[in-house]
Amino acid sequence: MADLSIEFAGIKAPNPFWLASAPPTDKAYNVVRAFEAGWGGVVWKTLGEDPAAVNVSSRYSAHYGPNRQVQGINNIELITDRSLEINLREITQVKKDWPDRALIVSLMVPCVEESWKFILPLVEATGADGIELNFGCPHGMPERGMGAAVGQVPEYVEMVTRWCKMHCSLPVIVKLTPNITDIRQSARAAHRGGADAVSLINTINSITSVDLDRMVAHPIVGDQSTHGGYCGSAVKPIALNMVAEIARDPETRGLPICGIGGISNWRDAAEFIALGSGAVQVCTAAMLHGFRIVEDMKDGLARWMDQHGHRNLEAFRGQAVGHTTDWKYLDINYKSVAQIDQDACIGCGRCHIACEDTSHQAIASTLKADGTHAYSVIEDECVGCNLCQITCPVENCIEMVAQDTGKPYLNWTQDPRNPYREAS
Amino acid sequence: MIDALNHLPRPRAGSDQLAERFTDLAPPLTARQAAVESARCLYCYDAPCVNACPSEIDIPSFIHRISDENLQGAAERILSANILGGSCARVCPTEILCQQACVRNNAQECAPVLIGQLQRYALDNADFSEHPFKRSPATGKRIAVVGAGPAGLSCAHRLAMHGHDVVVFEASDKAGGLNEYGIARYKLVDDYAQREVEFLLGIGGIEVRHGQRLGANLSLGELRDQFDAVFLGLGLNAVRQLGLADEEAPGLLAATAYIRELRQVDDLAQLPLADRCLVIGAGNTAIDMAVQMSRLGARDVNLVYRRGHADMGATGHEQDIAKANQVRLHTWARPDAVLLDDNGRVRGMRFMRTELADGRLRDTGETYELAADAIFKAIGQRFDDASLTDPVAAQLARDGERIRVDDNMRTSLAGVYAGGDCTALGQDLTVQAVQHGKLAAEAIHAQLMLNVEAA
Repeated sequence: MADLSIEFAGIKAPNPFWLASAPPTDKAYNVVRAFEAGWGGVVWKTLGEDPAAVNVSSRYSAHYGPNRQVQGINNIELITDRSLEINLREITQVKKDWPDRALIVSLMVPCVEESWKFILPLVEATGADGIELNFGCPHGMPERGMGAAVGQVPEYVEMVTRWCKMHCSLPVIVKLTPNITDIRQSARAAHRGGADAVSLINTINSITSVDLDRMVAHPIVGDQSTHGGYCGSAVKPIALNMVAEIARDPETRGLPICGIGGISNWRDAAEFIALGSGAVQVCTAAMLHGFRIVEDMKDGLARWMDQHGHRNLEAFRGQAVGHTTDWKYLDINYKSVAQIDQDACIGCGRCHIACEDTSHQAIASTLKADGTHAYSVIEDECVGCNLCQITCPVENCIEMVAQDTGKPYLNWTQDPRNPYREAS
Repeated sequence: MIDALNHLPRPRAGSDQLAERFTDLAPPLTARQAAVESARCLYCYDAPCVNACPSEIDIPSFIHRISDENLQGAAERILSANILGGSCARVCPTEILCQQACVRNNAQECAPVLIGQLQRYALDNADFSEHPFKRSPATGKRIAVVGAGPAGLSCAHRLAMHGHDVVVFEASDKAGGLNEYGIARYKLVDDYAQREVEFLLGIGGIEVRHGQRLGANLSLGELRDQFDAVFLGLGLNAVRQLGLADEEAPGLLAATAYIRELRQVDDLAQLPLADRCLVIGAGNTAIDMAVQMSRLGARDVNLVYRRGHADMGATGHEQDIAKANQVRLHTWARPDAVLLDDNGRVRGMRFMRTELADGRLRDTGETYELAADAIFKAIGQRFDDASLTDPVAAQLARDGERIRVDDNMRTSLAGVYAGGDCTALGQDLTVQAVQHGKLAAEAIHAQLMLNVEAA
């Protein structure tokens, strides 16, 4: 079996699956259960200054797909609501009992050097492997000048990171908020401050739904609600992009990235790793299914690696980064055309109506003698947009086939149709 | 009670136990099941299921509305195409209609969306405290509908909706036709057929007159004179004969006559029980008869058909129901003689074995006998010629015995339309009859309003 062990920003772990700082890592009881289940590491739920935060009742809400399938969860829970002393004591004991697992401590204290200077030595004394700076919490804490309020200002990110490096010898992972316009600015700031790694994404500002009878959004606290932080498989595409943005940014190249955001299975994890992540953090999937899912994640990832001859994670880490580029460098001359496997087609007509109503009228519907319809691609009209393939309920029924146009690679910077093309 | 079977014993089981055996064959979906099932629908475009539905219900749309928790919208979508959607949801052979056509019924998946069950769910759970359709302003036109079966009721409702006044002439005491008198009790339970009729009549403008039989106390000529148009939804009221001696002997009768009694009786324990029961035929009525007798407690139920399983009129699903109810299906044998006991009552039947030779059915010459306390004929219904005996009715062009209609359900007589089983068009199914009635109503409406505009 492939070797899943990692060394991430100097932190060793038997596998890349860490539990993110969140309710599942709130206390020793949960963390021990996670380690027993086989998680490679945990990021302990964010510690703050005493007195501990106070949480409200009713904390989560979800965005559902068909059949109550949870697409994403929104939460309004704050950082730990237990005292610093209890948390530090438990962290010390757990690390002592589980020396081979990564134990990272998430931190959030006010944006003044004294606060950090106070808490960092206490954390270091627990024997923890590293710290993660929570610059991402989007609800509650920003109102107190912490969390995303810091993460959204690159200068603060850099400053606090620098304090941490100065007052602590542990690896510093800076957790980034996605609630910004350009994730690279935050990553660059962390990098300038001396961060050993970044982790992303934290949750996204969200309201999942509104109770139309009571006219209040979820989750409901009394007769009010507030925005929360969104996570789960629905945010994966956003997270993957932000990871890729940082991975291919020349200014942060080589900065270790811990991928977070909707990782629900081994394939998701492999995708984050392919886009440059050296470790991944999981939360929602564990909250939905329990810690046992890590077994399936590890098993699936290792088998896939075996099939592809990847002996360790470094063998494929970042392999998709080089293929991620700016739009202007895409090959204008590349052409693909949809091809429908008539034997696999079940005749639902979804490809046809999608193309007919909303795309390029490139799928013809032909009435058959039995009253049903046959669907065929009008190749001259097909722009290769993939919509038909997306709407098709049958896997591999519609294939996007690359066409041999006989034309060489040509990108927009070279295209004669571009009035601002670069001189050749 | 049924005179021909009065000599038979009554069921051994008590009334309550029997009633339980005749509850819903397919229990209704729960809300959770409906949510899961409706989410399976792929919302096809030009959906094959709609193409397969004789009444052209917009199936993807109503299922989507169930999934969207818009039950009222789902129900009205169904009823706008098929006002008897509730009974069709229960009695349609969906396995050869919408669900056979469902794209999820492909070779890879073999699991069609349960369209019939979802249709029932929507209609059972929507709120019809107010009738969902409004009548157009009164046109002053009056239309006679003969027969309060699915075709006639569907026609009457659509006509009433367009603002016409309708009088429905019905021979039986209750409206509903086969839904009331002919469907297996466990397929349409309780008084659903009557509740559906009440709901349908809730639109207003429809008067139902009972005890009115065309060819007896009603003539087509008079109806034509008195009304602006006439719709004939007569059904098939005569029973095919075996053509054997002693066919009228006690112990031998039409399955439809027994089923009619079975559907009307309050206490199933009062019915005559044929402990050893023979059913001749292989359509859905034959299956219904055999299964119901089995559920009443008959120990030995045999269904005999002159051809093979593949030729049976009953669908595979129906045949499975028969087998699950301990009904033995005998194939390749035809009735040869009714066997009587010393009292002149049925004691069994002699069968002639049959075979195919050069594509033709022929006797093998070998016979065998099956003992029986009663024999039920279910070899098909015939058009009752007595209904078309008055001089005007006699002019109606026919296709074989049935009334000839065009695609707009017009007969050969101006102003006279027909639909349902009494015509040769389409399949003999409730859902087909509903469609005929609807189409006829639209054709009548178009014709009558055309005349109005021209005047």
